[in-house]
Amino acid sequence: MSAALKPRLPARSYNFAYLDEQTKKMIRRAILKAVAIPGHQVPFASREMPLPYGWGTGGIQVTASILGRDDVLKVIDQGADDTTNAVNIRRLFAKTAGVRTTTHTEEATVIQTRHRIPERPLTENQILVFQVPIPEPLRWLEPRESETLKLHALADYGLMHVHLYEDIATHGRIARSYDYPALVHERYVASPSPIPKFDNPKLDRSPALMLFGAGREKRIYAIPPHTRVKSLDFEDHPFSVQRWDRACELCGARDSFLDEVVTDDQGNRMFVCSDSDYCETRRGGRTPEAADD
Amino acid sequence: MTELPLLRVTGLAKSFGRIRACHGVSLELYPGEVLGIVGESGSGKTTLLRCLSGELAPEQGTVEFRNTDGALEDIHRMSEARRRFLQRTQWGIVHQNPHDGLRMRVSAGGNVGERLMAAGERHYGRIRAEAVAWLDRVELDPARIDDLPLLFSGGMQQRLQIARILVSRPRLVFLDEPTGGLDVSVQARILDMLRRLARDLGLAAVIVTHDLGVARLLTDRLMVMRRGEVVEEGLTDQVLDDPHGPYTQLLVSSVIA
Repeated sequence: MSAALKPRLPARSYNFAYLDEQTKKMIRRAILKAVAIPGHQVPFASREMPLPYGWGTGGIQVTASILGRDDVLKVIDQGADDTTNAVNIRRLFAKTAGVRTTTHTEEATVIQTRHRIPERPLTENQILVFQVPIPEPLRWLEPRESETLKLHALADYGLMHVHLYEDIATHGRIARSYDYPALVHERYVASPSPIPKFDNPKLDRSPALMLFGAGREKRIYAIPPHTRVKSLDFEDHPFSVQRWDRACELCGARDSFLDEVVTDDQGNRMFVCSDSDYCETRRGGRTPEAADD
Repeated sequence: MTELPLLRVTGLAKSFGRIRACHGVSLELYPGEVLGIVGESGSGKTTLLRCLSGELAPEQGTVEFRNTDGALEDIHRMSEARRRFLQRTQWGIVHQNPHDGLRMRVSAGGNVGERLMAAGERHYGRIRAEAVAWLDRVELDPARIDDLPLLFSGGMQQRLQIARILVSRPRLVFLDEPTGGLDVSVQARILDMLRRLARDLGLAAVIVTHDLGVARLLTDRLMVMRRGEVVEEGLTDQVLDDPHGPYTQLLVSSVIA
């Protein structure tokens, strides 16, 4: 079986990549502005999509707007290519844009993701699109939008540290393990979307362009290639990532993010890579091509 | 007392629609001085305080604050960034209702540490040590550093508010009815503590109160307001013992003692 699916004819009744050209143009303008001001949330006129908010409507709109006919698309959910959300989004674009899709990180030019950044280092030829539920990192600390706008404008981020302080006071360490706030280009504090903090270091000076789309909240923001991204911390409680005292039970990797999988009702469980493509590649096999349709 | 005023207010006016909340108010406040503003409710005390602390823009007049370089700056004409910076480093506001001045879902230590973190302190141990020291200074048990202010009594919440602003060593503090709603014995202890802190730290303060007892205990100078205007002002003892205006006489004589 070929590594990537063969291109097919797009479904006739839809415009290329589902969205109409005016909408894509509007979203591209927002993306350009977002890239010009790293980490700054740019409002955009988010459209109704054929799936509920929270399932990736923001990411899909960004992907639809940047996708070209020669692009190769990979979609992951929790690191895996074969989860419902990933399969269906991949199928949507295979149908409406006729682009090639793949599960292999190195073959993809556009990767839409939820909850993970692939383990394999990304390149300058790739764009990573994040699905973001809550783009405002200050939201749980300050409910007023008018006030969070002001805090961003004045770079007044003391509040974020109050939050981390509370974590240490309660748990003895910064217990926050995902959606860990980061300072982008030494200016805006941004939410990296609910990726584990394990992936935060991959944001820093990444050669790939990172685009973040929040459909319900109608915000787009970006981390341009090679941008400095610093995870917030205290001098005496520095930022650190999760570590496991075991290896992936399938491929033996010690450097990847592990998922705990319950295997039966006898209390047995195993730890495996959350990035399915990384795990397959290490085992020398190829991911079974997703039978998308 | 040095010769240069810390705060200079000239011709301040603020209306809400047809209501003149505050009109033609001028005053000067010197470093280390405690000024009381008294009057019945609705006399414009709180509006005046909000104009002085930069929370509310007046329609006329200026509020000038002497910055650390010794120059007077109009707080309503500076950039919002600058005003916020002054608000959380040079001044502090103690609200009548602790819910307005505290983060109720953040621990006592986090509340006290917030100004330090806003000013760029990034060392957890130092923030914590400062918080402990300040809880102690306002006579709160440092062992309660990780408790939420929600679980504190009214008097303790008021102490916590005070610790929260004093931690940044402000030069000027605004207090809006700091002991309103507290029972008399708690009031007395807080007033005692405030007087001690103001003296120890050389704080200048503006206190709004309708309680003449509070005014007598804490303030050096007193302004009596009625219907948005200052009807009498002078040294506190002088105003309270020898009131000139008919309204002030009424106010003083209506104290039940």
